[in-house]
Amino acid sequence: MDLVERLFAGDKRACARLISHVENNVNGVNEDLKKIYKETGKAYVIGITGPPGSGKSTLTDKLVKLLRKEDKKIGIIAVDPTSPFTGGAILGDRVRMGDLNTDSGVFIRSMGARGHLGGLSDATSAAVTVLDAYGCEYIFLETVGVGQSEVEVMKSADTTLMVMVPGLGDDIQAIKAGVMEIGNVFAVNKSDRDGAKRTKREIDMMLDFSKKDWRPSVTLVSAIKDENVDVLLEKIFEHRDYLLESNLYHLERKANVKNEILSLVRKEIMERVINNDEKHQLLEDLSHKVALRIENPYTASEIIINELKK
Amino acid sequence: MRPIRVLVAKPGLDGHDRGAKVIARALRDAGMEVIYTGLRQTVDQIVNAAIEEDVDCIAVSILSGAHNTLLPKISEKLKEENAEDILFIGGGVIPDDDIPFLKENGVSAIFTPGTPTTVTIDYIKTNVRK
Repeated sequence: MDLVERLFAGDKRACARLISHVENNVNGVNEDLKKIYKETGKAYVIGITGPPGSGKSTLTDKLVKLLRKEDKKIGIIAVDPTSPFTGGAILGDRVRMGDLNTDSGVFIRSMGARGHLGGLSDATSAAVTVLDAYGCEYIFLETVGVGQSEVEVMKSADTTLMVMVPGLGDDIQAIKAGVMEIGNVFAVNKSDRDGAKRTKREIDMMLDFSKKDWRPSVTLVSAIKDENVDVLLEKIFEHRDYLLESNLYHLERKANVKNEILSLVRKEIMERVINNDEKHQLLEDLSHKVALRIENPYTASEIIINELKK
Repeated sequence: MRPIRVLVAKPGLDGHDRGAKVIARALRDAGMEVIYTGLRQTVDQIVNAAIEEDVDCIAVSILSGAHNTLLPKISEKLKEENAEDILFIGGGVIPDDDIPFLKENGVSAIFTPGTPTTVTIDYIKTNVRK
């Protein structure tokens, strides 16, 4: 049996190996993805984002446990940062998910961001597709700890959960553009800490200004004490129902795949320059000239694009 | 070039993970992706994580003295799951006399206290499946 057949048969190793092929861009992986794509799109994708240490992994662990009571098959992709110096990484999200580890209905995969900015890695969309084909009904996509502008997860997830914690800043932080805009559902985790209610109030005020049709809810939770996580899950479902009842579910998925297609085009163009000796040399020569101000970056990129057209 | 993926795990009941963290950090600085699973992992947890993460190497740190029981169990489980192609190494307080037994039972190498991290890194780089 080949990898794809084994994946459809529910073989865990095949699923893991295909995700590796996606991550490493192994020759032929696109052919495998083409074969499985038609069978996917059934899984509901929940993005989990928030600052480092806000409790994303712990909260994911608790949400997944609730869904497991209904015997749903779950996939989790957890992204952690890659060193810009060595390419190495410590992927530690599994530490918070110890009990899920041996649950055969849960597949957890850690990924290094591998230089990709935006909170995810290059391979996450395709990895979601693989988990979808593997039969996962819900897929959790946990980003790296984010700052203010890593908004990419909303382009891969159906519902984005923004996990905040008290004590990170005042209401000005809450009204800034960027990550605070992408949550469809908000959680203020560590609700037993001082200032949790105030943080909720500040986020609520920010959300009251929004003129969008969907008004995200803000739920106080304590992931570690497992308090209110069931309420939060209900809020996620409410957003899902809202998407399904309106036409938005299709529209958002269309916007998401459009984004995915564009990023594949971008990647292919980059690779045609970098993986071709002649064009790579051209790039080197042009960079040299631009650095010396003999040439400018704008003409240089036109030269490369013209070269690609040949 | 794809990074080597290593699962760093602590089986059994001892709660001392400084060594494991030092190793994890050293492997990270050597350009590897280290999946760190934390303390008190069971054999099933370690093998399952290794499979899901599709790692090239499992590195376990054990200081409790239960190495002769736990490490062979990990190799057995790997065989059961058809995953014995994953390089399996151990480290920690392990008497020299026990090392031959562990090597007969599926552990490729044992690194005892005082081993420079570079030795472990080189061993992994040379011996993972290509």
